[in-house]
Amino acid sequence: MNTNTARKQASLLKTEPVAEKGTLFPKILLGATAVTVLASIYMIFIFSEVEKTMGVVQKIFYFHVSSAWCAFLAFFVTFVCSILYLAKRKRIFDTYAYVSAEIGVVFTSIVLTTGPIWAKSSWNTWWAWEPRLTTTLILWFIYMAYIMIRQMDGVWDKKARLAAVFGILGFIDVPIVFFAIRWWQSKFHPIVFGNGPSQKGGGITHTMLLALLVSIAALTLLYSYLLQKGVNLENMRIKVSQYKEKLREDMEK
Amino acid sequence: MIEIKKLTKQADNKLILRGIDLSIKKGETVAILGPNGAGKSTLLKVLATLIKPSSGHVTINGYDLRKNQMKIKKMMGYLPHSSLLYDHYSPLENLVFFGNVYGIKNVEQKSIDLVREVGLSFFLHEPVKNFSRGMIQRIAIARAIIHEPPLLLLDEPHTGLDQGAINILNNVILSMKEKGTTTLMVTHDFKQATELCDRIIIIKNGKIVDDFRLEEKKLNLVSEKYQLQVEGVS
Amino acid sequence: MLRAALLLAKKDLLSELKTKQVLATMIIFAGLVILVFSFAFDPANNTTRAVIPGVIWVIIVFAGILGLNRSFISEQRNDTMHGLLIAPMEASSIFLGKFLANFSMIMIVELVSLPFLFLLFDFHILGYFPYFLLVLVIGSFGFISIGTFLAALSANSKSSEMLLPLLLFPVTSPILIGAVQATRIILTNIEKLSSAMAWIQLIAAYDVIFFVLCFILIDYVLEV
Repeated sequence: MNTNTARKQASLLKTEPVAEKGTLFPKILLGATAVTVLASIYMIFIFSEVEKTMGVVQKIFYFHVSSAWCAFLAFFVTFVCSILYLAKRKRIFDTYAYVSAEIGVVFTSIVLTTGPIWAKSSWNTWWAWEPRLTTTLILWFIYMAYIMIRQMDGVWDKKARLAAVFGILGFIDVPIVFFAIRWWQSKFHPIVFGNGPSQKGGGITHTMLLALLVSIAALTLLYSYLLQKGVNLENMRIKVSQYKEKLREDMEK
Repeated sequence: MIEIKKLTKQADNKLILRGIDLSIKKGETVAILGPNGAGKSTLLKVLATLIKPSSGHVTINGYDLRKNQMKIKKMMGYLPHSSLLYDHYSPLENLVFFGNVYGIKNVEQKSIDLVREVGLSFFLHEPVKNFSRGMIQRIAIARAIIHEPPLLLLDEPHTGLDQGAINILNNVILSMKEKGTTTLMVTHDFKQATELCDRIIIIKNGKIVDDFRLEEKKLNLVSEKYQLQVEGVS
Repeated sequence: MLRAALLLAKKDLLSELKTKQVLATMIIFAGLVILVFSFAFDPANNTTRAVIPGVIWVIIVFAGILGLNRSFISEQRNDTMHGLLIAPMEASSIFLGKFLANFSMIMIVELVSLPFLFLLFDFHILGYFPYFLLVLVIGSFGFISIGTFLAALSANSKSSEMLLPLLLFPVTSPILIGAVQATRIILTNIEKLSSAMAWIQLIAAYDVIFFVLCFILIDYVLEV
């Protein structure tokens, strides 16, 4: 995220008396995100060794895997917040579910673009109908549909209710999709952790593992920062429309 | 019969109902008057369990609107703007279906009687889609009262009807009243309101601004009070 | 609850019997899909046999979506949906009734169109016929149950015809994969029956999970 706009938003937050108490936390989050992202870039490109068979292209693996992890995390947050919304009917849960789903779709898109690049160099094909890749693609479609529900016209609580229902349904669907596709065909994906029985060169060294863990931490922090920022923005949007409505009512009187 | 306390309804950021307190006794016939967008239909929809209130407390015949929806649904007849009828079904088929849904015994005979009561027995087997607005409205009222509900909610029942249809409708409402039915009626028609009802409520901007009983059927009184509340203030 | 559901299903099927709109459209559509496939894959060619299991499910899915789209939209005329909602019936009985109606319609469509498909493509069933029926029934069951649910959901949108496929296809992908695989094995390669049974179990598990889930969640969808 652009630091300039972040600063602008921070100054906006300061003028808003209600939101002032929460200004320290996002700053810490932003700092932590910046530090870990830089650290992970160092780890990936300088610290960790180059993979033997695939060469430098393998470096994309760190962002590929950690984006996939973040996408799942984001959709899990959407799932939990959807249940909470249906149970408690508080708007804040709906906002969290929505923003998290949006970020999740972004991360899924990253997975779906880095995946083929990696696949081209390691399997010599852009796309393989392989369980994890295909599941990710279906995941992307499911959460695009989730966002389509949010674009529906109508009052917010109707949209929130329907989207929450779909958020629950979609998330429960994911493991089933994964198993179905896994059964369907499983040929390509290297088993990275543990001892891959058949794939040579699929193993991972200590430096690589460390780099991977750091980049996962970095992207998780980035996710939480984006989530926090997005929820803040959404809340401001809601507040503005409330003020507008209030103004309109005062004018009517 | 109906107890409403501090009822509010908010859609998006707009407050439609802002604190309604109302108590209606059994057997009363109440007209709800008010300008467009005052929240009359919304109030009726809340009572019909079609809209969830944002806050407040509603009990109907001692049953809580949030908890005992099934019991309330059974004793309520609701007639909205739209007819709630299936277009390609005949009046008889429509009534039999809804009668069955409400679990009425001897539903066929009852439906035929009702169609006769609203004066359409000649069209018993014609599909509803060929009917005029007045005929549809008469079948719609028959649909609303098929299970002899002790509570009747009518949303502008007289709109678009000719004199004959109005008379039939009024007769149905009055005969229900004699059986002890409580009726709530949203209307713009002062004449019908004074003729049928014994209590008038005026709603403006989501609040009850006037509530009075109608001892004699005086049309002037109603329009005077309405003008005072709705046009006089603003 | 079951009584109300049966009433509703009967009402839907009777009205379908009167207008014959949806069912006729679905069947004609299924026929057109067969026609298009005969252009796309040469029926005289022997390799065409391989795509038949896929074609079967393409027919079911696309014809099914036509019916599902109408299922809740048809209740919007004269707000008859409100009539059902104010009536003393649970949201789950509305779902069950609509599901029963949709399920019987898709069964009729399959009954009419699949023999035509086999006839036109000169396809001889090598496998064991009852297993094929079993796959058809549980595959359609899962597809229609989740489809009915999502049709209720998307009926809230003004462009529900466009929204429904977007919601339905990704969510039902396990059923489609499983059903096509099981159908292929049963129709062409009956020796591998055990793996077909594994697919059938997967579909059955999906059916149960999502049918229960739809039952629980339909309350939130039909709330006004």
